[in-house]
Amino acid sequence: MYQYDKFDQQLVDERVAEFRDQVERRLSGELSEEHFRPLRLMNGLYLQLHAYMLRVAIPYGTLSGPQMRMLAHIARKYDRDYGHFTTRQNIQYNWIKLEETPDLLADLASVEMHAIQTSGNCIRNISSDQFAGVAADEVADPRPWAELLRQWSSFHPEFSFLPRKFKIAVIASEQDRAAMRLHDIGIQLVRNEAGELGAKFFVGGGMGRTPMIAPEIRDFVPADDLISYSEACMRVYNRYGRRDNKYKARIKILVHELGADEYRRQVEEEFAHIKTLNLDPPLAELERITALFGEPAYDTAAPDDIDLSHPGFTAWVKQNVSAHKQAGYAIVSISLKPVGGIPGDATSAQMDLMADLAERYSMDELRVTHSQNIVLPYVRKADLFDLWQQLDAAGLGSANIDLIGDIIACPGLDYCTLANARSIPLALKISEKFADPEKQRDLGELKLKISGCINACGHHHAGHIGILGVDRKGVENYQLLLGGSGAEDVSLGKITGPGFDEDGVVAALERVTDFYRKQRQDGERFLDTYRRLGMEPFKEVIYA
Amino acid sequence: MKILTGNDLKTGDVTWWTGSSWSRHIEDAVDVGDAGDGILETESAAQRVNSAYIIDAQPSDLGPVPSHIKERVRASGPSVRPDLCIKPADPAAGNWTN
Repeated sequence: MYQYDKFDQQLVDERVAEFRDQVERRLSGELSEEHFRPLRLMNGLYLQLHAYMLRVAIPYGTLSGPQMRMLAHIARKYDRDYGHFTTRQNIQYNWIKLEETPDLLADLASVEMHAIQTSGNCIRNISSDQFAGVAADEVADPRPWAELLRQWSSFHPEFSFLPRKFKIAVIASEQDRAAMRLHDIGIQLVRNEAGELGAKFFVGGGMGRTPMIAPEIRDFVPADDLISYSEACMRVYNRYGRRDNKYKARIKILVHELGADEYRRQVEEEFAHIKTLNLDPPLAELERITALFGEPAYDTAAPDDIDLSHPGFTAWVKQNVSAHKQAGYAIVSISLKPVGGIPGDATSAQMDLMADLAERYSMDELRVTHSQNIVLPYVRKADLFDLWQQLDAAGLGSANIDLIGDIIACPGLDYCTLANARSIPLALKISEKFADPEKQRDLGELKLKISGCINACGHHHAGHIGILGVDRKGVENYQLLLGGSGAEDVSLGKITGPGFDEDGVVAALERVTDFYRKQRQDGERFLDTYRRLGMEPFKEVIYA
Repeated sequence: MKILTGNDLKTGDVTWWTGSSWSRHIEDAVDVGDAGDGILETESAAQRVNSAYIIDAQPSDLGPVPSHIKERVRASGPSVRPDLCIKPADPAAGNWTN
């Protein structure tokens, strides 16, 4: 894992001291809310429905056991004993007191964490593949590149006041586990025919009110040019992105309106100029970062067999355990979606337990996924049964990864000022309705994603089945979408038609899944059947 | 009726204008009629409450009930965590928004 050098630590410590002073001045009345608001937002502190909400950055979703323990400590000391893992691989606390925030941030800084750039029109936390560094199919470890981008984008003076917020994802596999093409910039590390490392750049994707899939802007940027090419992409956006209309300010609108060819031409022109400035980091710095993501001390004698004689354990292994590049090891996904549980929420006790289990079984490292789950990336297969027993005893043993119970849901109207409808109660109702594990397994891979408003924090556009909560004359109403995907077969879901009330959308969902079961052909996932049949037969069933 | 709401500066707690101060409990809220803007101006200067604003509500035996669901959620707490609602002992906590 990356470790702060003295400059990183000094930057973060100084920011805490600066914010402490700003909070004191706000509390004394020296600063008005109008003046203070942008300052608190720069430090990840929002004012939500019930209280201040703090969003803490988890760089590319990677954290150590001690960092997870600190997140538990913060939940216990400063919040109401829980936190919410988000679709951007971060964590949010819902009940923060302004007067305690400086102490909270100082605690975070003590484990090399912060909340900087988790709000505002800047480059946000870089996201990545939760299997980075351990996936068998990756061409390189994307984490050093994500870290390099993090350092480049942190406090970048030119990109601190962009037209709108900006999200970057980095992956290194053909299989996309990070919804890469639904980011402002999606970077896929690839190797060319000569075996050299480089990256495909996709620019102008996003969800929100105008969902778009990022077009490919360049098929191969040499790895040495990754920062300068990113800089060129940003500069064109910063120069020409709209600042007159918040709803048309994201880079996806610029790329769409210019056209990918013209945007590419401008980026290439800018890139040619930037290359003369020697902006890319010196090799020594790259090597320093890369060395921190070196291979861990694998037990090369670890047995490769798993005893699958216990049915509950076997079901969990089949659903929650993924292939590891190292023989004798496995990647474990811990579901934060128990039946009747709030998607992405974890108590401080659960966070502490996951930290303990990471220390014992996963080289003291964890990952947060955009699906609001937690990953232990380095588990010996021989330890899987012990691990599962401990997770199961703590309510963390749900065997439902990528099944209908693995619901993504934003905080919705229960917490969020932007929301128009509640997401979580609907997620709970669906979770109960499809609680039977056999029923879930029979349905197979089915990604259900719920947003409480058009901003799409719940990724409803990318759900095989998506649900969007809207406000219809003061009453919550839910639109159903079918056919989205955030994976390598990326697509945007289409709205089926008129919306439903909460019970109505659950009933419609049942009709859809029943229809799929009857219509599917061998090996077809829900998404495959939908793509084969198209929307019409599903609509007939939904509105019968 | 018109009532005033905001968030406490220090804690972020949802608060309601009682006629002389701010309360955590919506049943203490008073109808401000047409005086809302003037009160907001004064209270904004006092800097005890953030981002205060006027909302519509209906009177009831239990006190004002906000017209919009968002304000009902603010008044009671997250419907999915009755234990964290403003009145966790109330068996109906969490259902009030409906």
